[in-house]
Amino acid sequence: MSDEPPRLQVNPIACVAHGVCRELLPERITMDEWGYPIVDGSPLPADLVAHARRAVAACPTLALRVDGKLARRR
Amino acid sequence: MTSVLLERAPWETAPALPRLLGTGRKLAEHREAYGGLPLRTFAGEEGRARLIQEVTQAGLRGRGGAGFPTGRKLASVAAGKKTPVVLANGCESEPASRKDKTLLTHAPHLVLDGAVLAAHAVGAEKVIICVERGGSLPERLERELAQRKGDPVKWQIARIPRRYVSSEESALVHFVNSGDGRPIAVPPRPYERGVDGRPTLVDNVETLGHIALIARYGPDWFRELGTQTDPGSTLVTIGGAVAQPNVYEIVPGMRIGEVLDAAGGATEPLGAVLVGGYFGTWVPMPEGWSMPLSHDRTGPGGVTLGAGAIFALPADACGLAETARITRYLAEESAEQCGPCMFGLPAIADDLRSVAFGRCGPATRQRLMRRIEMVSGRGACRHPDGATRFATSALTAFAEDLETHLNGWTCSGVSRDPMLPLPKARDRGWR
Ligand SMILES: Cc1cc2nc3c(=O)[nH]c(=O)nc-3n(C[C@H](O)[C@H](O)[C@H](O)COP(=O)(O)O)c2cc1C
Ligand code: SF4
Ligand code: SF4
Repeated sequence: MSDEPPRLQVNPIACVAHGVCRELLPERITMDEWGYPIVDGSPLPADLVAHARRAVAACPTLALRVDGKLARRR
Repeated sequence: MTSVLLERAPWETAPALPRLLGTGRKLAEHREAYGGLPLRTFAGEEGRARLIQEVTQAGLRGRGGAGFPTGRKLASVAAGKKTPVVLANGCESEPASRKDKTLLTHAPHLVLDGAVLAAHAVGAEKVIICVERGGSLPERLERELAQRKGDPVKWQIARIPRRYVSSEESALVHFVNSGDGRPIAVPPRPYERGVDGRPTLVDNVETLGHIALIARYGPDWFRELGTQTDPGSTLVTIGGAVAQPNVYEIVPGMRIGEVLDAAGGATEPLGAVLVGGYFGTWVPMPEGWSMPLSHDRTGPGGVTLGAGAIFALPADACGLAETARITRYLAEESAEQCGPCMFGLPAIADDLRSVAFGRCGPATRQRLMRRIEMVSGRGACRHPDGATRFATSALTAFAEDLETHLNGWTCSGVSRDPMLPLPKARDRGWR
């Protein structure tokens, strides 16, 4: 959308702690003690963008986004 | 130009302190004290822009907690494509605060004038007044609205569930749109897309009251009080061990001790003062006496007035026990939508309880600090951030007590009756 570097973001309301994303992007996602992802939201380097998009696609509740905009749900 | 000058009230007639709480529950009294709505002064496109500019020049900051510059928010809402909506936030879910309810009771028409002027500035045709349901306030506001003829807006009153987070701005928008009073994920933020998908101005009711005065007396008058970066006057609710707990209108920049003196001064030696309510910061006393209070963050703990709730805690009360009890309340008030808030806040409340009641060692403190850091910034709304700010400040302000507790002792303060207020009526559901 903009020329800002892509960042990974999680919509904490949509996330139900499946943890699939961590498997696919351990470089940027760790888990807290309750199984919810702690997402590093700093700009993504070029070599991680494709991995990040794969994690986004794999999230069963569409809780992850790679651009600045989070989906509004509910 | 002459008519503009004539319609604007001369400075001499402008109220000195109190500016907001001075006069007039009834419309007639209000009009007598403040005159009519100065809409003609700001007629047309040029007038709207000038009103926004005057609010910006006045340097007014939001009184709902975050202290965001009001002029900037008006400009963002006005820049949207669709016709905007105005939400007046009068919920005041903060249990230690009564300033908004007091303002809506003692000067309702000042707030309503401000809402009309804000609507005019952004080009909105509808104003929704959000208040907590229950009590007599919603009905009283209905009656006052019925008195007002010829306002250029459509009025609506929304009765909001009595939940701490239902007065957060995205929750208000959600409730008005769908009847569900839980926050929603942003962006888009309400100023971009809110009620009915329209740009939505959410302003605290006190903020609107100040707009009504700035439109009448001008930005220079507004700036006669306060600091360079936080001008004007501001309402605070002072509670705890002071002679006259009540709502007061103070001036940003006043020192904590002076603010307590406004409420008759402390009635016993103080251990700490909580500034900014349950999203706020504990300031140890007497060291904190001379700390200036405003909407700018001050000192290492980042103290701000927030929504203006100030509570004086006696030296022989236990700040850790008080903090544990309130953190439990904040955890119960989570909308339980975001994992870190739903699981993190109860876990933090449990740890604080162990600390306060002496069933823990240094490992509990380590875990508590780790959890606080882990949770903050990870909710859809700022509820976890506020709760963890409050908890963190307790660990710093009551560091000595913490050592005592960690060694397996509790202080005598834990046997004193709890002091910080909890709401009398709470809703369980979200609709
Ligand atoms: C959990 C939570 C509760 C809030 N409760 C209130 C409230 O009761 N009243 C209020 O004016 N703002 C409240 N706010 C702040 C609002 O979201 C919003 O920022 C404010 O109403 C904007 O008005 P202002 O710019 O005039 O301060 C709350 C925020 C959060 C995160
Ligand atoms: S895959 Fe989606 S739902 Fe699962 S933890 Fe990651 S963000 Fe949350
Ligand atoms: S952070 Fe907490 S209160 Fe805010 S939306 Fe998420 S669960 Fe609800």
